[in-house]
Amino acid sequence: MNDERTDPMDERTIQLMRALDGDLDAAERAAFEARLADDPVMREEWQRLSRAREATMGMRLRHPPEEVWDGYWTSVYSRTERGLGWILVSLGVIVVGGWAVWTWIGELLADTGTPLIVRLGMIALFLGVVILAVSVVRHRINVLKTDPYKDIQR
Amino acid sequence: MSRLAARYVDASEASLVQRASHGDNTAFGELVRRNMQAAYYAALGLVGSPDDALDLSQDAFARALKHAAKLDPGRPFYPWYYAILRRLCFNFLRDRKNRQRLLDEQGAWLAYDLSGGGPPEDPESRLGREHARRIVARALSRLPEAQREVIVLREFEDLKYQEIADLLEIPVGTVMSRLYAARRALADALEEL
Repeated sequence: MNDERTDPMDERTIQLMRALDGDLDAAERAAFEARLADDPVMREEWQRLSRAREATMGMRLRHPPEEVWDGYWTSVYSRTERGLGWILVSLGVIVVGGWAVWTWIGELLADTGTPLIVRLGMIALFLGVVILAVSVVRHRINVLKTDPYKDIQR
Repeated sequence: MSRLAARYVDASEASLVQRASHGDNTAFGELVRRNMQAAYYAALGLVGSPDDALDLSQDAFARALKHAAKLDPGRPFYPWYYAILRRLCFNFLRDRKNRQRLLDEQGAWLAYDLSGGGPPEDPESRLGREHARRIVARALSRLPEAQREVIVLREFEDLKYQEIADLLEIPVGTVMSRLYAARRALADALEEL
């Protein structure tokens, strides 16, 4: 995570924050106000932070249309089904496609009517695609083991 | 009581978590229904886009369902789910394309809370308020992720320091220092007004 550097909180800042969030009891509040009266720097900081707090206090996160909640769970469930669907479709394409290519290569080699150079070219093309695919998959696996950004969704 | 704090006191949750961890999708669906609003608003506060917040919160539930066997019936559901959600949201924000798009949309996710009623507002105050909303939204969108997360949980989800610390599994002092840094950045931005 992109964690920022934040300085350790001093006692004065803790007091400011607790006052902003209404977290001081009566005695602490009185001590805080006395300190504010004596410390112009702290008073200025208090005014700035109070303004920031007031700006957000009147706001809320915008509500979505009510219909969103009606189909929410159905949509979540559909996503899991779609995920399974894609895995099955991918598996099917690999198995059926692989079998089709294998059969086609076999027929091509057996076909004495096709010039030898074309048959060799086809075999080279097929082997090249296989080597490239294996290389890409191997590289992805290696990167996944070490890439700090592997969880980033593109 | 805040949307988030409400879930820590529900006694029937342990039973739902137990059932969900054994593959009961009905129980998991009930957990989704109980937590979907908190999840959506948490994502909205983090990414600042209603459509993306809906998408990410649902995606996080789908991932949670996939890993439901890892659920611990002895612990509340939401913090476990939230860890998945925040990772998805942060990854989403780190994508440069998304970040640029969100900067273009800034402000659409915030609204003024007018539930208190009051007299009708004159056009000038309304314009001033809209301007302030955009300034706040822009300042929030420029905060580091960790600061933005804490200020959203504090200001918009109304969580206490300790509740935020529990949810994020960080010390209270870290919560306060992130919140302090966020408020200072916000104060700087408001001086533009």
